[in-house]
Amino acid sequence: MTPGRTEAEVVLRLDGITKRFGALTANDAVSLTLRRGEVVALLGENGAGKTTLMNILFGHYVADAGEVEVFGQPLPPGNPRAALASGVGMVHQHFTLAGNLTVLDNIRLGTEGLWSRSYGGAREKVERLSRDFGLAVHPDAKVGRLSVGERQRVEILKALYRDARVLILDEPTAVLTPQESEALFATLRKATALGLSVIFISHKLHEVMAIADRCVVLRHGRVVGEVDTHATDKGALAALMVGGELSLPRAEAREPGAVLLRLEGVSTPGRGAAPGLQAVTLELRAGQITGLAGVSGNGQAALAEIVGGLALPASGRILVKDTPVTRWTPGEALARGVARIPEDRHHQGSIADFDLTENAVLEAYRTRFSQRGWMNWRAARGFAEEIISRYDVRCPGPSTRIRLLSGGNMQKLILGRAMAGGPKAVGPTIILANQPVRGLDVGAIAYVQGQLIAARDRGAAVLLISEDLDEIMGLSDVIHVMSEGRLSPAFARGTMAARDLGLWMAGQKFEDAHAA
Amino acid sequence: MRLEPIANPSPVRRLGLPVLALVATLGVAMLLALVAGANPFAVLGQIATGALGSRLAVLETLNRATPLIFTGLAVAVAFRAKLWNIGAEAQLYAGAIMAVVLGTGALGSPWVLPVSALAAMLGGAALLLGPVLLKTRLGVDEVVTTLLLNFIMLLFVSYLLEGPMKDPGGMGWPKSTPLIPEARLPRIVDGLRLHWGFALAILAAVVVWVIQTRTTLGFEIRAVGQNPEAARFAGMPVNVVLVKTALLSGGLAALAGWSEVAGLKGHLSSDLSPGFGYTGIIVAMLALLHPLGVVVTAIFVAGIFVGSDAMSRAAGVPTYIADMLLATALLFMVLAILLTKVRVVRG
Ligand SMILES: Nc1ncnc2c1ncn2[C@@H]1O[C@H](COP(=O)(O)OP(=O)(O)OP(=O)(O)O)[C@@H](O)[C@H]1O
Ligand SMILES: [Mg+2]
Repeated sequence: MTPGRTEAEVVLRLDGITKRFGALTANDAVSLTLRRGEVVALLGENGAGKTTLMNILFGHYVADAGEVEVFGQPLPPGNPRAALASGVGMVHQHFTLAGNLTVLDNIRLGTEGLWSRSYGGAREKVERLSRDFGLAVHPDAKVGRLSVGERQRVEILKALYRDARVLILDEPTAVLTPQESEALFATLRKATALGLSVIFISHKLHEVMAIADRCVVLRHGRVVGEVDTHATDKGALAALMVGGELSLPRAEAREPGAVLLRLEGVSTPGRGAAPGLQAVTLELRAGQITGLAGVSGNGQAALAEIVGGLALPASGRILVKDTPVTRWTPGEALARGVARIPEDRHHQGSIADFDLTENAVLEAYRTRFSQRGWMNWRAARGFAEEIISRYDVRCPGPSTRIRLLSGGNMQKLILGRAMAGGPKAVGPTIILANQPVRGLDVGAIAYVQGQLIAARDRGAAVLLISEDLDEIMGLSDVIHVMSEGRLSPAFARGTMAARDLGLWMAGQKFEDAHAA
Repeated sequence: MRLEPIANPSPVRRLGLPVLALVATLGVAMLLALVAGANPFAVLGQIATGALGSRLAVLETLNRATPLIFTGLAVAVAFRAKLWNIGAEAQLYAGAIMAVVLGTGALGSPWVLPVSALAAMLGGAALLLGPVLLKTRLGVDEVVTTLLLNFIMLLFVSYLLEGPMKDPGGMGWPKSTPLIPEARLPRIVDGLRLHWGFALAILAAVVVWVIQTRTTLGFEIRAVGQNPEAARFAGMPVNVVLVKTALLSGGLAALAGWSEVAGLKGHLSSDLSPGFGYTGIIVAMLALLHPLGVVVTAIFVAGIFVGSDAMSRAAGVPTYIADMLLATALLFMVLAILLTKVRVVRG
């Protein structure tokens, strides 16, 4: 902590911001100040209004009431240009880069006039910034080819290029690996040392404790608490967020049942930089959670495609309850009781301009919400309402377009759809949960994990793919590790230390096992 | 200058802009009339009275709207699924050919009408089946294949009219043998020129609307159009949906040609369609792909054509003004629709 931070110059002041969407009050008289060189974490449940508040600050939305002041100057509402000009830079929850342009062009985009082609000092400036802030990316690389972590660096560079003095980061670490998150924090520390200020939104409390000076907690659109990070702890923050005590569920050991899904020597071709599967043999048993640990991009996507019915193995077999499958499509997988929570909720899991009802019945409209080709919209709507209330999806109602939902609430709807039993009304027997709690708040995480455990206790076989070792170790009955498309042997609960898992993840143990 | 999305466009914006587009279109029309040396107000007035001024004019407009409703529906159905069927013109002729094949004596009353309508739809559907299979199997762009089929089909029709279908009593004119009376669509009211094809077109619009909003197929078509990846993930048979969409679209376009032959002309000629297939794209886009909206915009577009014909005879302004009018109407409407979603900001 820098001494005397409280005296540092106020760079940003939000005063009494209120924003309503129909009957829903997303922000209710929110006030917030940010000082020079400070990192303020904005916390709150899914749908608490964090993104909305930042969108108002940045001029994407116009507030119904309240004012924004940057460096003592009032900011005209609804004008992102003015926000940029006054030194506010935003990195959105969902990136906004053009994949077919180079890094440099993306960064310049919008700063140069429509017709100008000269690069001026742009390249030098970008190179200087990426040196100063530790943001390594190649200026001439096509953005479409970059990893998620690199894209985020481009977004930050873009903000810095426009001389941002206040950086807003909306859930920047949700899509990053732990290593990439560390690198991001190093960048943020450099930035604050240079006098920039940061607003940081995250659901991961350990990150907040590590990087933020102060936390502002929103609940139902209202500020319910403001604490100095060094005067609090994770438990207290979580309690503030959800308004009560909360404990993450832990799965107790159970006797596993029959094998429900078996992959036998499954291999798939690699795709670009992503490795394919290499002779993977995997058993998912009834009443068991199988955790799949590993750094993302090591074949998890390929495995998820196989289990979810999106791809057929180039060699090897898939057996459902001991019978090899011949036809294997998403519809076939669903019909055989495979429920899928996809990693990419925006492109795979939902249709942005469909409303909640239409999204809720996407997987089961044929069998449960239609008769002889006629949709039964009344039943569909009832089903959506049921998911909304059971899974606490915060939204104005079932006819809201899903694109307007906060990220976490979208995820809850998809979870509800998967759990409510696919084409037949019975619960799923095999659950593929690919990063199921990404972007969820602590309360929702506890709920989702509790649901996965409950499904297991009802006899479902769960495959949990996650990069979060704590999540894997807390929930899984058996753990596999993936590295470069290879699958480690199964380790039973409690037989594996985090350190050993780390060695498997790095690929080291695979070499050892091979040599032995 | 930049474009900035508007989260919740106000009703003023949503309704006002299309109206403004219409006003701007009229402005351009008046300018064109002025250039042609006529009195702009008189020209507009003559177009209006030519299209709607008398019972005869109204019926003529509705007659002209009939094929446009069918082709507009065909395009609207396909475009919803992001299947870019530019070949309604060819499918129209497929339907017309079927009307002649079955309507010149091969079948008699009472079967000839329903059977030839069905055969027409099958013909149009079959014509679109090739391009859609090339698309789903090999990734061939359907814009190219359907567009090229239009030219192939027109040449094929010329061949038929010079050869197998040539009317022996046609005195050398390239037209087909006329339909037998039983194969003709009767008039809705005796003595008035409006035939049952118009009623059928309205019915088709309602059916398409019901399909889109109430059936699983409609749900699938919309899902596949909006996000094919999510549709596939959810277990929808994306390619099957595209094929079904194509069959429906091709069938609808074919009904345009069938009803022109069976309802209006009584024979096939190579000038049966003055580009109804292409104008159907304008009709569908102006209607924002809404099947009931297609009826309205088809009548509007037909009115401009019919009205311009009458105006041209009276004021001596070329009928090309109708094409210019439609083109500007479409451009302004597309712009208006864009501007309901985004605003232009300086800087
Ligand atoms: N344009 C909109 N129209 C209607 N409702 C909206 C709109 N934008 C946001 N909302 C609603 O406002 C509420 C707040 O959303 P917001 O995105 O700010 O939440 P958040 O705190 O960022 O949540 P998360 O942690 O899940 O990202 C949600 O209930 C959301 O559904
Ligand atoms: Mg958010």
